[in-house]
Amino acid sequence: MRLILALFSGALFGAGLLYSGMANPARVTGFLDVFGRWDPTLAFVMMGAIVPMTLAWFVQRSMSRPLVEDRFSLPEKRELDAPLAIGAIIFGAGWGLTGICPGPAVANLGINPLAILPFVLAMIAGMAVHHLWARRSQNIS
Amino acid sequence: MLANFPHAAPIEGLVGGLMIGTAAAIMLLGLGRIAGISGLMAQLLGMSGTPRARHVAAMFIIGLPVGAALMALGAPVALEMSATPAMMVAGGLLVGFGTRLGSGCTSGHGVCGLSRLSARSFVATGLFMGAAFVTVAMLRAAGPF
Repeated sequence: MRLILALFSGALFGAGLLYSGMANPARVTGFLDVFGRWDPTLAFVMMGAIVPMTLAWFVQRSMSRPLVEDRFSLPEKRELDAPLAIGAIIFGAGWGLTGICPGPAVANLGINPLAILPFVLAMIAGMAVHHLWARRSQNIS
Repeated sequence: MLANFPHAAPIEGLVGGLMIGTAAAIMLLGLGRIAGISGLMAQLLGMSGTPRARHVAAMFIIGLPVGAALMALGAPVALEMSATPAMMVAGGLLVGFGTRLGSGCTSGHGVCGLSRLSARSFVATGLFMGAAFVTVAMLRAAGPF
């Protein structure tokens, strides 16, 4: 049941990315290109996505556990730190360079896998570099 | 107002956004987890989380291209990538490293975090949006694209 629900949720997410146009890098770049032919569609997608999630967080606060899992595993960190800021800026640079963020990258594997594969492989490599680097600095300190 | 932006797709954007938000709500209320793609990717790759979490992450990640492909059958869309292969590789490296260091991407911070009113997610979303705006402006200044 857990796995079927996760698959369904992923498929709905991927379908939404495609329908909203966010799987198309040109649409995303159009939003980021404020000095060009600005395309506000991404703002509508964010609005549409935040509505059900706001309701979900409201419901979540009154639940002791999720419907098909033993407990919630949610980020608890509160403090603002340098890795958060630096990581976000690095991510934003890559996002601006290509118009692609992780969700659309993976979703595009189902649409035009060959065109997106270099990005996905490089993204996995970037994640691996971070993983090794974080592990190493943990061992040193 | 939208008459000024003839290439905007507000209805598709809102409906698609509702689908994305509903999917994230299912992850939260059903499975107790954040539908953040970069985090789920890292769990799938065994870079964070438990083996139990890994299976859920794998199913969600497999679902993404499946759902996109099914939707493409019903509503074919144009996919335009203007980035050169070198930009795609550089962008992928930056996105992979940056989302892990910054604990999230557009979905985790932008959709799930903002709706949770998380201060960390507001800061992250502001910074990655800002950095992306600046990057695109610099590309525009550097030449035609």
